Amino acid sequence: MRTEKKIGKIRFRLLQPDTIRRMSVLRVVVPDIYDDEGYPIEGGLVDLKMGVVNPGMRCKTCGGTKDTCPGHFGHIELVRPVIHVGYAKDIYDILRSTCGECGRITLKEDKIEKIEDSPTEGIYQFREIRDKAKKKDECPYCGAEQKKITLTKPTSYFEGEGSAKQRLRPSEVRERLERIPREHLEALNIDPDLNRPEWFVLTVLPVPPVTTRPSITLESGNRSEDDLTHKLTDLLRINQRLADNISAGAPQPIIEDLWDLLQYHITTYFNNKVSGIPPAKQRSGRALNTLFQRIKGKHGRIKGNLISKRVNFSARGVISPDTALSIGEVGVPQEIAKELTLPIKVTEKNITEMINYIRSEEYPMALYVKTPDGKKKKITDMNRETLAEEIQPGYTVRRQLITGDITLFNRQPSLHRLSMQAHRARVMHGKTLRINDGIAKPYNADFDGDAMNLHVPQTVEAQVEARELLAVKENIISPRHGQVLAGGHDHVSGLALMTQENATFTKEETLKLLKSVNINRLPNGKDKKEYHGREIISEIIPDTITLEIPSQLSEKPVKIEKGQVKEGIMDEKCFGGEGILTREIWDKEGSDRAEKFINDITRLTLESITMKGYTISLEEYSLTEKGEKKRQETVDKGIGTAKEFIKKYEEGKLEALPGKTERETLEAMIMDQMEKINKKTWEIALKDLGMDNYGVVMAKSGARGSWRNVTQMTCVVGQMGIRGERLERGYQGRVLPHFKKGDLSPRVKGFIPSSFSKGLRPEEAYQQSMSGRDSLIDKGINPAESGYLYKKIANALLDINVKEDLTVTDAAGKIIQFKYGEDGLNPMKARD
Amino acid sequence: MNKDTLLNHHLVPKHEILSKKEGEKILEKYGVTPEKLPAIKENDPVAKAIEAKEGQILKITRESPTAGKTHYYRLVSK
Repeated sequence: MRTEKKIGKIRFRLLQPDTIRRMSVLRVVVPDIYDDEGYPIEGGLVDLKMGVVNPGMRCKTCGGTKDTCPGHFGHIELVRPVIHVGYAKDIYDILRSTCGECGRITLKEDKIEKIEDSPTEGIYQFREIRDKAKKKDECPYCGAEQKKITLTKPTSYFEGEGSAKQRLRPSEVRERLERIPREHLEALNIDPDLNRPEWFVLTVLPVPPVTTRPSITLESGNRSEDDLTHKLTDLLRINQRLADNISAGAPQPIIEDLWDLLQYHITTYFNNKVSGIPPAKQRSGRALNTLFQRIKGKHGRIKGNLISKRVNFSARGVISPDTALSIGEVGVPQEIAKELTLPIKVTEKNITEMINYIRSEEYPMALYVKTPDGKKKKITDMNRETLAEEIQPGYTVRRQLITGDITLFNRQPSLHRLSMQAHRARVMHGKTLRINDGIAKPYNADFDGDAMNLHVPQTVEAQVEARELLAVKENIISPRHGQVLAGGHDHVSGLALMTQENATFTKEETLKLLKSVNINRLPNGKDKKEYHGREIISEIIPDTITLEIPSQLSEKPVKIEKGQVKEGIMDEKCFGGEGILTREIWDKEGSDRAEKFINDITRLTLESITMKGYTISLEEYSLTEKGEKKRQETVDKGIGTAKEFIKKYEEGKLEALPGKTERETLEAMIMDQMEKINKKTWEIALKDLGMDNYGVVMAKSGARGSWRNVTQMTCVVGQMGIRGERLERGYQGRVLPHFKKGDLSPRVKGFIPSSFSKGLRPEEAYQQSMSGRDSLIDKGINPAESGYLYKKIANALLDINVKEDLTVTDAAGKIIQFKYGEDGLNPMKARD
Repeated sequence: MNKDTLLNHHLVPKHEILSKKEGEKILEKYGVTPEKLPAIKENDPVAKAIEAKEGQILKITRESPTAGKTHYYRLVSK
């Protein structure tokens, strides 16, 4: 019977010398690894008692083979004790808190508060005791003088100060720790039932089993040992030399040097990146990867092997756009399709097809056959015919990826669930993965060299799940805000171009446009000389759609009646951006129709934009003489008003806003005034450039850019700033030496009245570059920091899930919400 | 704080102590054991004000802009 048990707590304790010896199967003494015949030396570092890594050998401890023997620990007896780097700080704290003579804490009994058995509080209470105890000059118990103890990183201790400074050898350290009475351990945050402080100093070192440090056989046939084995050899050698020197009665300095060397090797054996000592290198000069490095960091055991794993049946490649594909498809190069395989169960219905795959000797071919009893057979030229005749329902055939198979497509960073969606594969020529650019937005992909990953679900369950839940068409609406995420910039421009009042197309043009969406007739079947763009677009909108969508481009909203666009200029609210029209089609006609609509509209708009041309020229961004005069007036007036503020301020007549000083008020008012200039000039620019201006159309329709980009090019660049304030830094009381000290007027403080099309004056260029650098740094810091914050939150919330009855629970089944979002509404399906 | 001002404050939703029977009904409805419910401290101001004791279940009625009134249940704990 299965019983459930809960883990109450986990306690870690020090590995004590006795335990190390007890779990050891062998005392390692020989620094050499293999003898002359290439056979492991007994008592060496790859002794067969510690496990086997080579096929054909048997473990001398458990008798297991390479696959069954888990490996067994050995140990090294150290001739002299050595400090464990990981505990150097703890030893230091304990030494400072206790008497050098009697080992008791240098505080009176009543001052030693008992530490709570709490993993979080214990350390703080101990620190308090330590800070009090280390100041004592005399032991309250034995009266011995307390000298100052210092730690020279990483592992050397000294006692006394100035000329009386003396080294504390690890053996002395260990003796002191041994003297600490059991009753005083609790106050040192050590559980006396589990640990003794002297175990912080090593006298015996465990040798990990060979399975932990397998040797590799190189192509040349040479054996190459693991870094840990190398480290252990060095260690053994020094240990042996130290032993020899001691027994030979060598002078003290020589012994101490060797002892320090042993300490160095053991320190780097644990952690080869300890600051203060040079890392141990291999002969090639590469720093060794020792125990600490194996666990720590991105490629360490935890982040690199436990949290993340490598997968099979996946591909990665550069992406490029292809409007001929549906948004639900992904173009897969044949070279990739040949490598990706999936198992197909043979049934009566598909047996002939499967036989064809087995017989095939080129691309769409089968690679393996699996019999009903689980035997896997590779298809070769030799057995192709026999296997083709052998298979029958119940067999499984592993074939290459073909057009129509479902795949998962993903781009990192995977910030939301739309970063991985299911696409139908379309095997094609070329060497890149291809997608319709209408679907690039949810992935946040562009085609300047972005690479994406492709996965092939292997089981029928996974494939169905992908098709039904992860398919692009099912995720056109974002689950976050219920808006459409498909569509791109150029498509919005094209839409605006096609629905403008004067957007007329000749009969030939109309036919060509409609041909791109596979419609081979004229709009509404009416034969006319000219057609309006709206009539053409109406052809791809379902007849059931009746809708009004506000427009930023036209006074009147976009009016659609029974699938016919009657009036209004379409912008990002219809497609792209909010995508109200797409959402309506998704709601009314279903996901398949919505997918088709997006495909059609991307092709149609791109075709029209290519036909009519869409461009920007320098000339377009110069104002007419009339406009220029107006612009100058606005700027002069604006600066004049600002100067009045300054005058008021200097006379002390400026009334401060609540919560601000007078100076702050002035700054706020000027900033406000400068922003007003920009906004006013936008109106001037709009009138002067007209609605035919491509830049204006882009800004207004929401395809790309904003009104600010247009005004900066045509009228005024505007106020520059650092951290939202007017320019301050540079010379004393001014930004550049060209200005008067303490001048507060707009131009001195970074207001640029020139436009980009006319060019900036030198001091203006300088001011602009100040602001530019500031925002560049901002861009670097903010996304990086908020990205990390986001990741932390996402990981913390990862296993919260909505159950069938709409309760929200965490992984332990604890209820967080009784009804999802209080209302149980799915944002994807909710409409206002 | 005064009990009445606390309970009548516009940011404090209505808290009620459920009877044992009502509590069991709720547990059955959501198919959970009491410790799976969200907790509220016994010394929480509201719990103190309505004199809730450890082990009782509180029913909280909240106003929601999208769902009108919603109910939330919390287990009083030490």
